[in-house]
Amino acid sequence: MFGSAIIVFRESLEAALLIGIIAAATRGLAGRNLWLAIGIGAGLGGALVVAGLTETIAEMAEGAGQELFNAAILGIAVLMLGWHNIWMATHGREMAAQAKSMGNAVRTGQREMSALAILIALAVLREGSETALFLYGLAAGDGSSRVSMLSGGLLGLAAGIGAGWVLYSGLARIPLRHFFTVTSALILFLAAGMAGQMARLLIQGDLIRPLASPLWDSSSLLPMDSLLGNLLHIFAGYEARPSGMQVLFYMLTFLVILFGMRWSRPRIPQAT
Amino acid sequence: MKALVLACLMFPLAALAADLEATLTIKDHQFTPSELKVPAGKKVKLLVSNLDSTPEEFESHELNREKLVAGNGKATIYIGPLAPGKYPFYGEFHDKTARGVIVAE
Repeated sequence: MFGSAIIVFRESLEAALLIGIIAAATRGLAGRNLWLAIGIGAGLGGALVVAGLTETIAEMAEGAGQELFNAAILGIAVLMLGWHNIWMATHGREMAAQAKSMGNAVRTGQREMSALAILIALAVLREGSETALFLYGLAAGDGSSRVSMLSGGLLGLAAGIGAGWVLYSGLARIPLRHFFTVTSALILFLAAGMAGQMARLLIQGDLIRPLASPLWDSSSLLPMDSLLGNLLHIFAGYEARPSGMQVLFYMLTFLVILFGMRWSRPRIPQAT
Repeated sequence: MKALVLACLMFPLAALAADLEATLTIKDHQFTPSELKVPAGKKVKLLVSNLDSTPEEFESHELNREKLVAGNGKATIYIGPLAPGKYPFYGEFHDKTARGVIVAE
């Protein structure tokens, strides 16, 4: 029971934390909850479809279908997170200054929310399909331990959602003055980490070269299966043995989004 | 090593493309062979074939690899080039029994 709880927790944690961050970062946007619910619902539906198609997807592109599929999802997520951050650099300040209800911000806010709903759907789809497969395997297994394993799975899912909630309420407590800086920084690292994961998948499918592999090995200092290593992996894309290409993807994404944010920030003198 | 030579003989095209192949089989939530030797410094195409009806996730922090293998399904994972050494791997969905190690030499 405990084992299955941990696996489901780990799979659901990533999506739950992303939802927590996005939910916090879009505080005050009109219709936010509806869009979040649409994203989560679409993602869950998609996860079941993808889980059912695992074998078909895996066989595509000469066995690299799973890698291509997940890399594409990560690629879209990176684009949307980057765009969100740049959008926030433009509009976040006005929203913070006037709380909300600027005609323009509300209108573009709807477009922003619909894009973020897609992002959340993709995150839920990716993590959810793995969880669905795992739970399906349990349900198809021997009957004796089935109930305890499945209840463990549910427990893990609840813990994952709980972690997302804790992050959300923690972020919501940050004073508005620092709020956008904190969420933007979180999203910046998240996007760079996803780009690194994308590179790992493309290397695993032999679609790009690894360059130096590994570029470094910090597994004795901070192993991936330690709590801190795991958290840093989820939040900031930490890898104990990254290949050169992964680091390159990471750095490029980080820098492009950062410059995009700097460049699009409106140069209005701050109200004192 | 025998499996490698055999694989190369059976797939002359793969051999031409300089893709070394190695095969792992999952049965009753266990990997066979549990110790797989591959040449160091070369890219290896790892074929994981799952004979169980339940899905498994091949995972190795040491190899920096992670891939789902559907029930009664197959998966291809490219690994390396590896420095000589031992690289443990496991099946995340049955990590008590599904364990093994790749030895690069």
